[in-house]
Amino acid sequence: MEESREAQKYLDASTRQLIWWRYKKHALAMIGLYLIVGLYVFSMFCEFLAPYSKDTRHFDMTYASPTKIRLFDDEGKLKRPFVREVKMDVDLKTQQIRYLEVAGTHYPIRLFVRGDSYEFWSLWEGNLHLFGVDAPGRLFLFGTDRMGRDLFSRCLYGSRISLSIGMFGVALSLLLGLVLGGVSGYVGGWVDSLIQRTIEVIRCFPSIPLWMGLAAAMPPHWHALKVYFMITIILSLVGWTDLARMVRGKLISLREEEFVLAARFAGAGHTRIIFRHLLPSFTSHIIVTVTLAIPHMVLAETALSFLGIGLRPPITSLGTLLKEAQNVTTIALYPWLLIPVAFVIATVLAFNFVGDGLRDAVDPYSR
Amino acid sequence: MTDSDVLLEVRNLKKHFPIRKGVLKKVVAHVKAVDGVSFSVRKGETLGLVGESGCGKTTVGRMIMGAYRPTEGSIWFSPPNGKPPLDLASIDPGDMRELRPHIQMIFQDPFASLNPRMTIREIIGEPLIVNKVARGEELDRRVHELVEMVGLQPQHMSRYPHAFSGGQRQRISIARAMSLYPALVVADEPTSALDVSVQAQIVNLALDIQDKLGLAYLFISHDLGLIRHFSNKIVVMYVGRVMEYAPAQNIFERPRHPYTEALMSNVPTTRPELIGRRIVLRGETADPINPPPGCPFHPRCLYAEEVCANVVPPLAELSPEHQAACHFSRELNLTGCDALGCAV
Repeated sequence: MEESREAQKYLDASTRQLIWWRYKKHALAMIGLYLIVGLYVFSMFCEFLAPYSKDTRHFDMTYASPTKIRLFDDEGKLKRPFVREVKMDVDLKTQQIRYLEVAGTHYPIRLFVRGDSYEFWSLWEGNLHLFGVDAPGRLFLFGTDRMGRDLFSRCLYGSRISLSIGMFGVALSLLLGLVLGGVSGYVGGWVDSLIQRTIEVIRCFPSIPLWMGLAAAMPPHWHALKVYFMITIILSLVGWTDLARMVRGKLISLREEEFVLAARFAGAGHTRIIFRHLLPSFTSHIIVTVTLAIPHMVLAETALSFLGIGLRPPITSLGTLLKEAQNVTTIALYPWLLIPVAFVIATVLAFNFVGDGLRDAVDPYSR
Repeated sequence: MTDSDVLLEVRNLKKHFPIRKGVLKKVVAHVKAVDGVSFSVRKGETLGLVGESGCGKTTVGRMIMGAYRPTEGSIWFSPPNGKPPLDLASIDPGDMRELRPHIQMIFQDPFASLNPRMTIREIIGEPLIVNKVARGEELDRRVHELVEMVGLQPQHMSRYPHAFSGGQRQRISIARAMSLYPALVVADEPTSALDVSVQAQIVNLALDIQDKLGLAYLFISHDLGLIRHFSNKIVVMYVGRVMEYAPAQNIFERPRHPYTEALMSNVPTTRPELIGRRIVLRGETADPINPPPGCPFHPRCLYAEEVCANVVPPLAELSPEHQAACHFSRELNLTGCDALGCAV
């Protein structure tokens, strides 16, 4: 019997390929995947992608609104994108600071410009930025904050911290969840009961007060980096329970599967059964749970920092950025300070889309 | 045949699963899944284990495989290397590991028994690897041989189970069970998940391999018609107990237990005029938690009398090798498959 090429491709496929083919059909999940990859690339190379460093202060440009990018010059001719020089001015009637463009000035946006120097990943120094304008022209895509720092650059730096806290936090939860859930499911008996009851107790705590309590217990003189790691640990101490339950449930159902029994009858030991049969059967489920757990971590970090008990300046995260936008005046007068919210929403949505798509794809054998 | 030909001897095997309730997990009752089963399998022969679902036949198979510890009784297995028989019911894990290669199993569900994330090569080669029998090129050669033996195409060895049909998967399962040239294979309803057209192929394959390798089968099935053709001996089980145990020829000629007769009358017949004589059993299978007093089959038996409800009939020897657990097995003249013209 001759098999068509199409059928042959399907028949030869591994589980991973089947999952990927099925995932690709899910349009939203693909959008989510591109978004996530984009966000992580942005945050990885933020020193290079951001036109300014996160702490560069432009004293004459506090609370500057987003710079207008122009395409037509005074004669109405199409030019490559450029900005005009902006000068601070005080409205004498309202005593409000406003920024006025200086007519006739013309600073084209250029690629690969030299600007603020930075230390890339503490590995090497550089001052090359993807784009920028020559002084005294300035390019603030998202405006500036109360100290005249470029919000766009700060958003990129902030998502680096927020996204990485999501990753590390989940990695830590994963470790805890895998070990405790694995022991619970594989050993069973009173060990299982003990771990399960502990999980129930942990889940009973209202999470925000718990985080607040733990975060408040941190000495205020600690270095910002130490605070960052402690926050990660606090978040994952609460976050591992879901994973542990998932792992336990999967282990219990898989342990009774006939193919596991077959391996046992073939003479395979515990190690081989766990690593060759059990783990590979639910790695995809773990990935789903992890993708759905990361946005929770991001949100939790944002919430804590927004409340002022999470990360503290000088560490820049999406949460500390939003802290700037805590009062009504700021929002009414400088609405661009809310832009970091868009990053939070994009991250959370993207992860949820990816998680949904994966959940539908992980079991390629169900029709 | 001498006693040294006995490969497996099961004596008074029992498995009672406790039912626990409440916070303190107090044992409130037992499911008597297997309640005193004895039989023996000689080298190279096939023993058919039949009964309705829930009669404990799978539990017997699993106990022989070492998945459950018996509550009571013994399972004597004679290793083919001539060493003295070992009791699998009380064996320590180290000795069991040594015996593993000699006892293998074919599972009922070909979709659940193959790891979907392993290729056929890995699945069939696993017993060879874990028992350190072969590796590298030698492993490849052996797997290739096995794949050909079960009638699959060797070029598909790097495919995953999802690429195969139920019948093909069962062939893979057989190849895996045969990879270590076992002395005994427990086949737990290997055909019941398959289409009728494929069933015969799988049975024939199993028999061909038996001829080649000289292994013994414990063939578990609910279908008397199927195992009729290749079983040397047959054990009929009902609610964890043996109802009848006899050579296949005897049992099909003249069953000595009403339950066996009822099972046989439900095998499709080639003589349509006899369809009216089919025995349709009343009621449900007895509850293994709380089996009826006396003969467990008496509430459904056509020939039951008062004694059946009070006295448990012993498994009595009617002729050499023919045993039945019925008070009236000598008096009753029951009809077997031969008289009924069973189709298969």
